[in-house]
Amino acid sequence: MTTTTTAKKAGSLANWTDERLGASKGVKFLARKIFPDHWSFMLGEVALYSFIILLLTGVFLSLFYIPSAGHTVYDGVYAPLVNQQVSEAYASTVGISFDVRGGLLMRQIHHWAALVFVAAMTVHMFRVFFTGAFRKPRELNWVIGCVLVLLGIVEGFLGYSLPDDLLSGTGIRIASSIILAIPVVGSYLSFFLFGGEFPGESFIPRIYTIHVLLLPAIFLALIGAHLVMLVIQKHTQYPGPGRTNTNVVGYPLFPVYTAKAGGFFFIVFGVITLLSALVTINPIWAYGGYDPSPVTAGSQPDWYMGFMDGAVRLMTGWGEFTAFGFTWSFNILIPALLIPGLMTIPLILYPWIEQWATGDRREHHLLDRPRNVPTRTALGAMGITFYILLWISGGNDIMATVLRLSINDITLTLRVLIFILPPVVYIVTKRICLGMQRKDRDKVLHGRETAVIVRTESGEYFEVHEPLDEYKRWNLVQHETHEPLAELPSEDANGVRRPGAGSGWKRRLSKFYFEQRVEPVTPAELAAAHHDHHGHEAIEATSAHH
Amino acid sequence: MTALAARRRHPLATAILVMIGLIVTGVLYAAATSGKAAAAVSAADEIEAGKKLFLANCSTCHGLNAEGRRNAPSLVGVGAAAVDFQVGTGRMPMAATGPQAPKVSPVRYTQDEIKAMAAYVASLGPGPAIPSAEDVDPAKGDVAMGSLIFRTNCAMCHNFAGKGGALTRGKYAAGLEGVTPEHIYEAMVTGPQSMPVFTDQTISPENKRDIIAFLQSVEEAPAPGGLSLGSFGPVTEGLVAWLAGLGLLVGCAVWLGAKSS
Ligand code: HEC
Ligand code: HEC
Ligand code: HEM
Repeated sequence: MTTTTTAKKAGSLANWTDERLGASKGVKFLARKIFPDHWSFMLGEVALYSFIILLLTGVFLSLFYIPSAGHTVYDGVYAPLVNQQVSEAYASTVGISFDVRGGLLMRQIHHWAALVFVAAMTVHMFRVFFTGAFRKPRELNWVIGCVLVLLGIVEGFLGYSLPDDLLSGTGIRIASSIILAIPVVGSYLSFFLFGGEFPGESFIPRIYTIHVLLLPAIFLALIGAHLVMLVIQKHTQYPGPGRTNTNVVGYPLFPVYTAKAGGFFFIVFGVITLLSALVTINPIWAYGGYDPSPVTAGSQPDWYMGFMDGAVRLMTGWGEFTAFGFTWSFNILIPALLIPGLMTIPLILYPWIEQWATGDRREHHLLDRPRNVPTRTALGAMGITFYILLWISGGNDIMATVLRLSINDITLTLRVLIFILPPVVYIVTKRICLGMQRKDRDKVLHGRETAVIVRTESGEYFEVHEPLDEYKRWNLVQHETHEPLAELPSEDANGVRRPGAGSGWKRRLSKFYFEQRVEPVTPAELAAAHHDHHGHEAIEATSAHH
Repeated sequence: MTALAARRRHPLATAILVMIGLIVTGVLYAAATSGKAAAAVSAADEIEAGKKLFLANCSTCHGLNAEGRRNAPSLVGVGAAAVDFQVGTGRMPMAATGPQAPKVSPVRYTQDEIKAMAAYVASLGPGPAIPSAEDVDPAKGDVAMGSLIFRTNCAMCHNFAGKGGALTRGKYAAGLEGVTPEHIYEAMVTGPQSMPVFTDQTISPENKRDIIAFLQSVEEAPAPGGLSLGSFGPVTEGLVAWLAGLGLLVGCAVWLGAKSS
């Protein structure tokens, strides 16, 4: 066959489809879609590709896994388990590991991909947060993203529970205790979920259906919506010369971006497979089957649940009492339900919180440099610090073992740090951001320090500053800052309330956000600086608010 | 022959027979007891030697008669097994005050010296003895049974793979890799520090041997899934997922991003 005949055939096939489906318009639209390029825009892709890997390996696992808590006697190839009473779920998972060809690798890929999946979603979320990509019109996609992270945690936890080994059974035990701690309805809820007393035989089949059917379907729908919105709203871009709020500078989806994305998919698959081939994850054969009486030292959940476990470990035993004939377990309720709730609600609502403070209803397609929004950046750093401290607390016993420290000292230290460190990080981050902005101003006004020292004839020394070129300068002056609403008059000259001036709370929040700020250099300032090259310090001092 | 038969009823005959019987018995008895006496002498020597070693190395803390002091417990009735374990694993003499006696290697005493001190302490009061080679032979144990019993009785402190774990206030259940079968057995019967004593009623001697067989199999088993990350469970896995997994992927993303612009 020659090339021309192949091309003809392909062309007529395309024609045939187009005449029936009218696909060419859509293909053209998508193929010409422009995507800006930046490494941080690929974090979401890592999450997407690891999800695809989860789907593929998950289907493989479901061919061999038996979702049943029924009792059986293990009689496979793994000697230390032979003749032990285990559940069918456990026996089948050990079977996948040792009797199914490639099964152990598949299990390890599935589990490593799950850890990377949630981690990638998390850092993707951080990127969106710190660059302000959640601002109008993308608030809904922010909410979808938050829901995906939360569902990812749930999906992972259910998957982790499926093998019914000692560790995952302990995890379910803790989950059931948390449910029991809910006032009044806790016991009913627990009986409902477990179909009776813990552990019962209904739970494994139930979570299996949720894990392989319900949640993956919801994931597909939400990820689909997430991506469609991305296409409709266009991707944001980092500010730069020629990039405006109304254009997108980048490469077309086809062929450049498709090739890149395809290649990146294989990189993600490759890295996860390599990790799975080299490093053990969840050696359930060593944990043994679940039995409610034993526990192992170092019982931990997967990392994404670690912060909840940590919160429970940090909490004191204080808070449990009986009243009105019920036991109120605030020692569990506060760390296990209240704190995660208080962490997620502001997270989901954040776009509106910030909108309220700025009073800004415009669309934003240019991203922020994190330093230019110091309060948001500092809040984010504070939140991450709080989260990481909880996470560390979840590993307090491992730290004690590895570092040979007293677990009591570690826990006490973390109890103090959880109150002190986040505000400290907030203040320090904000200072760093403001400092960086001042440095940017300095660079724009006086140019880059060249480290060349010149001695004048009169014996004066000074360092030569090289002016920035226009492109670099643009990056440092393009942004705008908000002023606190309180600094604007709330009434106009006639004593009429100005729309958008805001209530007391709104003004206070706005003040919290924007009272400390560094304005970008204005053209007038720049002109003045160039004009009056040596006596520049005075200009700087008057323009920066502290 | 007939003469002997004729004198059979001689009044002296009974007496002579009794005499012969007594002499034979006496000689046999002497032969037997002379061995025993020698053994008794050497056991006494061993206890004496053990006492000397004890006075020189241990009495500052445990008291001149092992009766205990303010900062160290009495050793009366702890048995030979406790001494063999504590000294044989390098815990005693305690090297440093702390939440728990640390293991110091190399062990400072020869096997004979340890046995002597053990004999001395055993002589102070009845306690668990050093197990026989048969008691602790991993080849005679049932690995599967051992894994079950270990998980139920030991994993909560020592972790599922015997990697150890943290207890309160800086105390810890030690990692069990490289511990000899004798010491594992002795740990169970003496319950060092925060560890409970597992008597023969709680875990039978056969089951103790099963545990030893299981622990041996854990050490010898290849890791089927690759590197085991110290068998610490999900915490190290999470760290690897972030640092190696996501770290590598972000590295690739940065590299791809840098290539394009
Ligand atoms: C520096 C003080 C110190 C010295 C020296 C010392 N011990 Fe101890 N020993 C202790 C303390 C404290 C304990 C109890 C806490 C522990 O077990 O770590 C102890 C516990 C023991 C036990 C366990 C008792 C039980 O209840 O099971 C034995 C056996 C023992 N020591 C034997 C010895 C022998 C034998 C020596 C000499 C080779 C020795 N110790 C030297 C401080 C000492
Ligand atoms: C309550 C917690 C606890 C339980 C349960 C427990 N241990 Fe221990 N175990 C310890 C502690 C604490 C030590 C360290 C004692 C020391 O350092 O003197 C220890 C030490 C040991 C050692 C000595 C390790 C070494 O490095 O020399 C062995 C062997 C041992 N345990 C075996 C077992 C076995 C087998 C079981 C189950 C039958 C068991 N332990 C159950 C707490 C426990
Ligand atoms: C969002 C995506 C998913 C996540 C985060 C996830 C997570 C997990 C985790 C952590 C495990 C424990 C694995 C182990 O260590 O053995 C697991 C097990 C399992 N998963 Fe998933 N999973 C996902 C999607 C799927 C899908 C789509 C399927 C099937 C169609 C699936 C099928 C299974 C099965 C059958 C098991 C049990 C078998 C075994 O543990 O080896 N999973 N999952």
